[in-house]
Amino acid sequence: MDLKDLYRDVILDHNKRPRNFGVLEPCDTSADGHNPLCGDRLTLTLRLENDRVSDIRFEGKGCAISTASASLMTEAVKGLDARAIEALRNLVHDTLTATADTALPDGLGKLAALAGVREYPARVKCASLCWHTLAAALAHRDGKAAVSTE
Amino acid sequence: MNALAYDVERVRADFPILATQVRGKRLAFLDTAASSQRPSAVIDAVVHYERTQHANVHRGVYELSQKATDAFEHARQRVQRFLNAASIREVIFTRGATESINLVAQSWGRSLSPGDEILISWMEHHANIVPWQMLCERTGARLQVVPIDQRGELDMAAFERLLSPRTKLVAITQVSNSLGTILPLPRIIAAAKANGSLVLVDGAQAVAHSRIDVQALGCDFYVFSSHKLYGPTGIGVLWAREAVLADMPPWQGGGDMIRTVSFEKTTYNELPYRFEAGTPNISGAIGLAAAIDYLDSLDIDKVAAHEQRLLRIATDALRSIDGLRIIGEAEHKASVISFTLADVHPHDLGTILDTEGVAVRAGHHCAMPVMQFFDVPATARASFGCYTNDADIEQLIVALHRAREVFA
Repeated sequence: MDLKDLYRDVILDHNKRPRNFGVLEPCDTSADGHNPLCGDRLTLTLRLENDRVSDIRFEGKGCAISTASASLMTEAVKGLDARAIEALRNLVHDTLTATADTALPDGLGKLAALAGVREYPARVKCASLCWHTLAAALAHRDGKAAVSTE
Repeated sequence: MNALAYDVERVRADFPILATQVRGKRLAFLDTAASSQRPSAVIDAVVHYERTQHANVHRGVYELSQKATDAFEHARQRVQRFLNAASIREVIFTRGATESINLVAQSWGRSLSPGDEILISWMEHHANIVPWQMLCERTGARLQVVPIDQRGELDMAAFERLLSPRTKLVAITQVSNSLGTILPLPRIIAAAKANGSLVLVDGAQAVAHSRIDVQALGCDFYVFSSHKLYGPTGIGVLWAREAVLADMPPWQGGGDMIRTVSFEKTTYNELPYRFEAGTPNISGAIGLAAAIDYLDSLDIDKVAAHEQRLLRIATDALRSIDGLRIIGEAEHKASVISFTLADVHPHDLGTILDTEGVAVRAGHHCAMPVMQFFDVPATARASFGCYTNDADIEQLIVALHRAREVFA
């Protein structure tokens, strides 16, 4: 197992220079994610147009895996509707929890960079926190949602 | 080789797990503060018992049951001598330090009234916080917390100020698991006693690194876990002064803790059995006794001197790494070093060290208030034991440089 399988250049780059970092004000929906075990915290703010995510930003503090995952996610979901996001979320989840010898599914795009997390089950939560938070934000569009991985 | 010197390589040969590899690398096990590894002497004692002596204790009239009872009670005597307790009546087997504290909170704690206070420190493990919070919720008592300073020392002036006639119990750790601080127990216990408060000492991080004498300490309760003392998991000890135990109501009900049972009235067994409901962890107790024997054979003073030498070497080496911050710089420390590295998150650090064969704890160390105090989400923590050697520390330093490269 090489370190670079987990900390790929894409991950390190998105950790160092997270995309879509900040807060959208005003926004149509938002959610806080918290992983009390790691102390990772993340706030998502979204703008929606006809059920599609027209803009999304994240802010928070976390490890490289959680920061890069959130950054990659914001890029991947822009322009998608709730159903497409749900499908992508399931794809990511399957990728993160699959055994190491499983072939990667199609349709992951840049998110495939997270596949190395499979070798480190203790770190799956780091990568999935943003996706749980996004699901909460979309499910509770009337108010602010909060999720915790615990 | 000097006969008086400490031969760590011989000690390492007693621990089979140290020969294993992780991710194709030599294992540098630096997480002894979370759980220590077991020497062959402990593994063999448990296996010998399971193969040749097992039966239930305190019950059968047949020879095997007597053998098991003898071995179990021998373990209790071993713990009594280890702690220098006045009597075996004061030695209660539990599942570990956590259960020991919960026992005190649930049994002794019933005597509390609204307005009574329990005084703890800011650097307690969650196991010495949460049982008291739960007790306060039940009884209306209040939890008071002694602050710490930036070095990780207890604020003694604040401690003395917070002691009051309402303080029924001071529950304090002997060694901080997250900072390594060795607390000034003689001063703390003297002040608490002068105030008329009982004292519970959480010895979980201390027992493997220093000689313990509960009578000299002068506390009322002392708790520890076997698995931080080179013994098995699932067994630990509550020591309490007999005069205090005598007034405490039973905790859990069941077999072994009773003398007679009828539907009208049950009478309880004598000490210490009154606090040991159900079939105990017999093999665990036997393993714990073997661990104490083992540590004795090494001479705990030599082990402590060895660990202190490693602590100095590692502290100096870590300080020389650019961006490394040691969390907890008390004057007197056990061989525990918490640290952060620049803006590398401790969980990333833990993973990178793992790929280099280095096992450290990364997280909040069950001490979230300490993390909040130092304004870090988590730290990485390296901790040493009787088998830690210079190569382990060198491997840690190399791995930390690797982490710096990755996150450059």
